[in-house]
Amino acid sequence: MRRAALAALLSHWRRQPLQLFTLLAGLALATALWSAVQAINGEARRSYDSAAATLGISGYASLTDPAGPIPIATYAALRRGGWTVTPVVEGRVLRGEIRLNVVGVEPLTAPDGLLPVGLGSETGAAPLDVLRPPGLGFVAPETADDLAGIADLPRLITDPAIPPGRMFTDVGTADALLGKAGTIDRLLILPDQPANRPPLETLAPGLTEVPPQDQGDIARLTDSFHLNLTAFGLLSFAVGLFIVHGAIGLAFEQRRPMFRTLRALGLPARTLLGLLLGEVMLLALLAGGIGIGLGYLIAGALLPDVAATLRGLYGAQVRGVLAFDPLWALAGLGIAQLGALIAAAHGLETVRRMPLLASAQPRAWATVSARALRRQALAGAALVAAGVAVALLADGLIAGFALLGGLLLGAALILPRLLAAALGLGARLARGPLAQWFWADTRQQLPGLSLALMSLMLALATNIGVSTMVSSFRLTFTGWLDQRLVSDLYVTARSEEDARALRAWLAPRSDAVLPIWKVDTPLQGAPGEVYGIVDHRVYRDLWPLLNATPDTWPAVYENRGALVNEQLARREDLSPGDTLSLGGGWEMPVAGVYSDYGNPIGQAVVGLPALLDRHPDVSKLRYGILTSDPTTLRRALVEDYGLPEANLIDHGRLKATSLQIFERTFTVTGALNVLTLSVAGFAILTALLTLSTMRLPQLAPIWALGLTRRRLARLEILRTLALAALTFVVALPVGLLLAWCLLAVVNVEAFGWRLPMFVFPLQWAALLGLSLVAAAIAAALPTRKLASTAPSQFLKVFADER
Amino acid sequence: MNAKSSAVALFSLLPMLAGPAVSQGFAGLGTDAEGFSRPSLGTDLSFPKDHGAHPDFRIEWWYLTANLSASDGRDYGIQWTLFRSAVAPETGTPTEGWQSPQIWMGHAGLTTPDAHFSAERLARGGIGQAGVLAAPFEAWIDDWRMAATGDGADEFDALSLTASGPDFSYDLTLTATGPLVPHGDAGYSVKSPQGQASYYYSQPFYEIAGHLSLPDGDVEVTGHGWLDREWSSQPLSETQDGWDWISLHFDGGAKLMGFRLRDREGAPFTSATWIDPDGTPTPYGNGALTLTPLEETETSAATVPTVWQVEMPGRDLDVRLEAINPQAWMATSFPYWEGPVRVTGSHPGRGYLEMTGYGD
Repeated sequence: MRRAALAALLSHWRRQPLQLFTLLAGLALATALWSAVQAINGEARRSYDSAAATLGISGYASLTDPAGPIPIATYAALRRGGWTVTPVVEGRVLRGEIRLNVVGVEPLTAPDGLLPVGLGSETGAAPLDVLRPPGLGFVAPETADDLAGIADLPRLITDPAIPPGRMFTDVGTADALLGKAGTIDRLLILPDQPANRPPLETLAPGLTEVPPQDQGDIARLTDSFHLNLTAFGLLSFAVGLFIVHGAIGLAFEQRRPMFRTLRALGLPARTLLGLLLGEVMLLALLAGGIGIGLGYLIAGALLPDVAATLRGLYGAQVRGVLAFDPLWALAGLGIAQLGALIAAAHGLETVRRMPLLASAQPRAWATVSARALRRQALAGAALVAAGVAVALLADGLIAGFALLGGLLLGAALILPRLLAAALGLGARLARGPLAQWFWADTRQQLPGLSLALMSLMLALATNIGVSTMVSSFRLTFTGWLDQRLVSDLYVTARSEEDARALRAWLAPRSDAVLPIWKVDTPLQGAPGEVYGIVDHRVYRDLWPLLNATPDTWPAVYENRGALVNEQLARREDLSPGDTLSLGGGWEMPVAGVYSDYGNPIGQAVVGLPALLDRHPDVSKLRYGILTSDPTTLRRALVEDYGLPEANLIDHGRLKATSLQIFERTFTVTGALNVLTLSVAGFAILTALLTLSTMRLPQLAPIWALGLTRRRLARLEILRTLALAALTFVVALPVGLLLAWCLLAVVNVEAFGWRLPMFVFPLQWAALLGLSLVAAAIAAALPTRKLASTAPSQFLKVFADER
Repeated sequence: MNAKSSAVALFSLLPMLAGPAVSQGFAGLGTDAEGFSRPSLGTDLSFPKDHGAHPDFRIEWWYLTANLSASDGRDYGIQWTLFRSAVAPETGTPTEGWQSPQIWMGHAGLTTPDAHFSAERLARGGIGQAGVLAAPFEAWIDDWRMAATGDGADEFDALSLTASGPDFSYDLTLTATGPLVPHGDAGYSVKSPQGQASYYYSQPFYEIAGHLSLPDGDVEVTGHGWLDREWSSQPLSETQDGWDWISLHFDGGAKLMGFRLRDREGAPFTSATWIDPDGTPTPYGNGALTLTPLEETETSAATVPTVWQVEMPGRDLDVRLEAINPQAWMATSFPYWEGPVRVTGSHPGRGYLEMTGYGD
């Protein structure tokens, strides 16, 4: 009996392959998008973890000799004294046309993360070859191509993780290439130093300790990026569930006669329910499997862009290849099961409560009464209110997400009521019977389409919200880069005398030399830093202030006010006019607040004379240089002045790379946007297909009254477009609200700074166009069917007893 | 495989520690071996010169093990090893600077009845980070050091010894109460029927005192130590895939060194030196000593025999060795088992056991 019942139930899918496809595709798509986002986030998080564990060279504190290179004997003395340090030699060498940036590390003492990978059977190089002449040089594939055929180089091994133009090699090989004659440029101080090591002054008095370059700054920005991805995954999943809900609901409705027959034949309701549950889970397993495969492909396709972003921006070696994680796959299957159960819950509940002798007539998406619509809208309003209440009453990221969830779901629930109202208005304004029929019939179809339209609304709102956030982020980030990288070149002098010489040397060769002098000092009692700046128009022109008065810049330059960063201002509730304590009894009024994305600690900027007055011994080694020709100046600094490459940073190039990488990041977001919208379009197609089979009885009389099939089809398309456009009108404010939530609530909760919101009407227009196209495509298939329906089919409606 | 593995691959070529896959895997080194010196029968050992390094040979080590006990009778064992390995043969004046073909590796171990600590250091030669000087004797890598204190006729007669790891350290003084002991034929020790050999001598008569630092606190200890010196250029024969080595201090004052080289395709090759209390050695060739595993222990990385029966009919020796801590696995770049043992049976005492080639 059970077997026969199962066979009968499953036979439905054989007769309705399109429905089966819809169900599987919807669930698979939902699972795929969710899993892809999870895989990307997971891979990125693994990269962060390993990046945190294996810092690049700049991530280690190091020892340098301000007077020049370090002799090997000093290195040996430090090691013998118990200091775990490892040598680095670096420099540039000209080979053919190529200026090769050579970095030599000592493989026996370097931490694993510092060493290039790439030795393996496929390269044919034995590990020992690293230490044996001619040595091995690890370079990017493009660098290897550039260097092909050039003699006097170690054997090249390619490793895509290495930046172009750079060669990693053994310290001995680098020494020979660069002619270092047994000297070391710096010694990296490894973590886990023994507690009782002798002090540096005893072992190597000439060396000074240089703190690691802070890598946390921009890395924190990525949190926002991942938040954005996660939100996408979640919403895509929700949108996918609407499709599944539709398909399962339809299948349940269509099988009502079968359920009745099976029950009449003696199948207990409990068994029927169990079989249906098993069926849903089986389908979910199948769809989940497909979804995971698809998700893996999507993530694999998108990951290189994400990896490039992380690598380029943060210098972290990120694998561009996705590792398959069985746990991840299991989670994907689980979420597919969960989604299918949620989507099927309503259908299963109906079956459970169905009386034995219920009508076998399909209710066919029973008309939802105005009362039900109102109830749904009220529930939506309650959800929105609950989200707002949580956000108002509680702090933290969870509250931010509660607000987001409440807003989106609530808006989706209210949508049908709003659409009904709009259609009612249309009907009242309609002139002529055809127009009246059009509005009335559209309204009559609303219950059947409302789920699909809700998913379209969610997709559109997400799209607007996320792209607004991303674009605002991009604008802000560009501004932030301009602010932070005002100078064209950054140099660090080797000593105070060197700094004086450098300033004198630079004066006739550059537009301006801006000191970057700072002290670490408590701000309002918490760790912070104070920078001194000179009066130069670049600051006035480029630093975007969040909170300023006309007196802000004059106050700073006349040493009677300080700028503070946003984090400090938010934490300490500071605004212009308040008094800022800069440590050691030093106090100054706040003159303005500037944005400082990603920086975890408080920062203040004062006029240089004020800083020197308080801290005359501030380190005067770092300078920013303004010049119209950074390339030439850079070369001259290295070749004519003799400044080591390591003391020079060309931030113009860094900025260009950062922006280029961010553009690539946005293509990821763009791809996900398109995918979400496709899912929504698919939902509309499903709903329209479902309706089209049932609408014949409603269309036949209109046809009989003289409306041609072609005209009817055009009206159907128009109807779908009208509904999509109306949905867009509702989605727009919801999306903007969503963006505002992301920027002003979630970001502030998560990172302590607020991204300003910018609006992009052109993007909306493009999105409206896109959604109309999606709706038109979704409507095309059912409409074609309608236009080509044989007149006899229409006539049958009148012949058959309905 | 990263560059650090190069050191691993390099040192896995040490004959005592070679696994079969490794000794065959790096064919390039087989040809290099021809540039190195080889041990030859009839060469006299000369001191203090031979306490120092022999850069013309491929591999070499200074290997100290000690059975120690605290005043409460608790047993401890320590190991201090400095390995030298040459990437290329070096004759004449040693190369200074990064280009030196010498690589050094230090291993330190500390075993208690219920814990085992180990640490490893790597350094390249030619730069002063690690090395060995014959007179005054000093062997070091980073801040680990074994050096003559200046007492006694031989450089090895009185030594100080330090090493540390993240969670342990020791600081010991060693005083020899007997002479240096050559193994095999006046220091020429044969390792296989095919004739692979090394130069091998020991100072097995150390009285030791000092202190150990452990996570639970410091412990004052005393005991016996055994220093091995060995150098060679020839790996094991291709079918030898591991080694079981023992050094035993019997309560009667006599000592025994023995090893068994396991052969994939035939009987193991054994060798032994019986050392009288006055230091007179009697070498025994293949077959005189039998080492029989009795019980195995599953360690973190491999299953190894930790209870052994040791028999030498020519000496009426029949003893049972039992590891003081069966988990004395050295989790170093190339892993092996090394730890103190209790000796019971015909000749009770204490000693050290080393087993290689059981892991991967």
